[in-house]
Amino acid sequence: MKGFRVEMPASIREECKRLLIRYPRPEGALLPILQLIQREQGEVADESILYVADLLGVAPARVSGVVSFYPGLRRQLAGAHLISVCRSLPCCLMGSGEVVDYLREKLGIDVGETTGDGRFTLVEVECLGGCGAAPTVMVDGELHESLTCARIDQLLERLS
Amino acid sequence: MPECRLLLRDIDVPDIERIDAYIACGGYRAFEKALATGEPERVLAEVREAGLQNRGGEWYPLAERWVPHLAEGVHYLCVDASEGEPGIFRDRKLIERHPHQIVEGITIAAYALGVRVVYVYIREEMRRGQVLLERAVAEAGGRGFLGGNILGSGFALDIYVHSGAGGYIPREPTALLRSLEGYRAEPRKGAGGLTLFGRPALVENVGTLAYLPHIVDRGAAWFRRMGSEKYPGTGVFCVSGHVRRPGLYELEVGGGTLRELIQEFAGGVRAGHELKGVIPGGISSPVLRPEELDVRLDPEEWAVPGGGDFPGAFGGGGIIVMDDTTCMVDTALNLAKFYARESCGQCPACGAGTHWLQKVLERVEKGEGRREDLELLRSVAGQIAPLLEPSRTTLCSLGEEFAWSLLGLLRSFGEEFERHVIEGRCPIEKDRRIKVPETISVRF
Repeated sequence: MKGFRVEMPASIREECKRLLIRYPRPEGALLPILQLIQREQGEVADESILYVADLLGVAPARVSGVVSFYPGLRRQLAGAHLISVCRSLPCCLMGSGEVVDYLREKLGIDVGETTGDGRFTLVEVECLGGCGAAPTVMVDGELHESLTCARIDQLLERLS
Repeated sequence: MPECRLLLRDIDVPDIERIDAYIACGGYRAFEKALATGEPERVLAEVREAGLQNRGGEWYPLAERWVPHLAEGVHYLCVDASEGEPGIFRDRKLIERHPHQIVEGITIAAYALGVRVVYVYIREEMRRGQVLLERAVAEAGGRGFLGGNILGSGFALDIYVHSGAGGYIPREPTALLRSLEGYRAEPRKGAGGLTLFGRPALVENVGTLAYLPHIVDRGAAWFRRMGSEKYPGTGVFCVSGHVRRPGLYELEVGGGTLRELIQEFAGGVRAGHELKGVIPGGISSPVLRPEELDVRLDPEEWAVPGGGDFPGAFGGGGIIVMDDTTCMVDTALNLAKFYARESCGQCPACGAGTHWLQKVLERVEKGEGRREDLELLRSVAGQIAPLLEPSRTTLCSLGEEFAWSLLGLLRSFGEEFERHVIEGRCPIEKDRRIKVPETISVRF
């Protein structure tokens, strides 16, 4: 893949440089760079994998192996807003079941699906670390605790 | 027994997440004091005298664990902020609300160890904490507490906040280091010491380091006045589930019993319901029955409770309370799904075993279980976690943790599992609805 060049926006290239100097070996910056790309572009596309592999001097297979390992990284674009409902035990005890039921009904999709207009993706995830204020949901990386149906309505309204 | 707040002492101070408010509360005084000694060994000796033990769930004496590494030199300190065990949410709150306490703890640890580069491995799900911690690091650098020749001492230190990418497995030290090196977070066999980028490294839990400013500032003797003989200081306990007042409670270690914490601090189970079971230390610890809660909140007293054939686990202080609307088979299934999903899949016993257990539990919960299924559950769990050490079947303890918690559920609520099979249905009236507690302790 050497010599293969993928276009990346200058802002991402600059940020990558800033991350690389933190580590004695470039591979140390692999996860932070992949997350940066996902935050900016919504996914880690095939071209991004080639870009990162080239940048760090590692095989693309290693990069894609890392992407597939971590639940926080994805190869495919989710909806404009990713809604992750915590399903771990404390949230489950406090009613994550109703949270999921309510969201499924409101969005008209099942867990793992994206709405037809591409606005929302609904997934279930493990512990978000808000057990004391369960049930919890993470929307676009921001944690929301002490959910009720009314709060879910507010959240969705704000996103619409 | 009143609360005894050290780590949570200034948690309600406005803007405590900013450096000015932190310094106004005495922040970075301990670090300056440590630097002024000019002798890292003295700082380390203070930590040893204080008897500070790891608070990440393992409860080993910090200084004793660190000292043997000093001979070969520790090049990197990796701070484990990968907290992800359901029921444990202390570190997240401390990072988000009180990041400078953590930064100062790290500076003191780094000085004592002679380390110049620190990576804080923070889990991806704590995005907010990552941003706040990075800002705190930048603020501390701006005041000369980080960087080169800190406060004219000649000591230099850089702290980098490194985000993981999700998953529970990086809380295992070798997996955490692999992840930092840009690999899949797969645990490695523990031959020799830990290394990062080819140099010796130490991994330490983030919440534990938050005690260091208090110990250096007030002294080991003062710290020892709190807590028990073997485990001085406080514990920040996380209470979740069906209680009236869930949240964080900081108590002296051994300063009360599990029952007192649940009944008096957390207010007991919600009105109109009966207490059914308590998972005392995060989901990896075996469940206790209501009659087993009169045990002191001190790791030393936990060899037996919840045990039976295996030791009870005090764990990381994540107390999950379940009332009579909880089905224990459903609970086991919830845990099975967690572990099956989080297993890295390297070791067949864990990777395949957790999935088998999930499948068997699914059919038992649906009322389609077979008579022999309970024995099957015990047998598979036993193969993931054989009790005799030489026959260990896994590289890390992830699968074993589920095996122990499942065996605990079978030990304490075996009859309920049997009823599922005999009656061909789930006999518990479960409550999927959202529940709103009266109040939450330490909310922000």
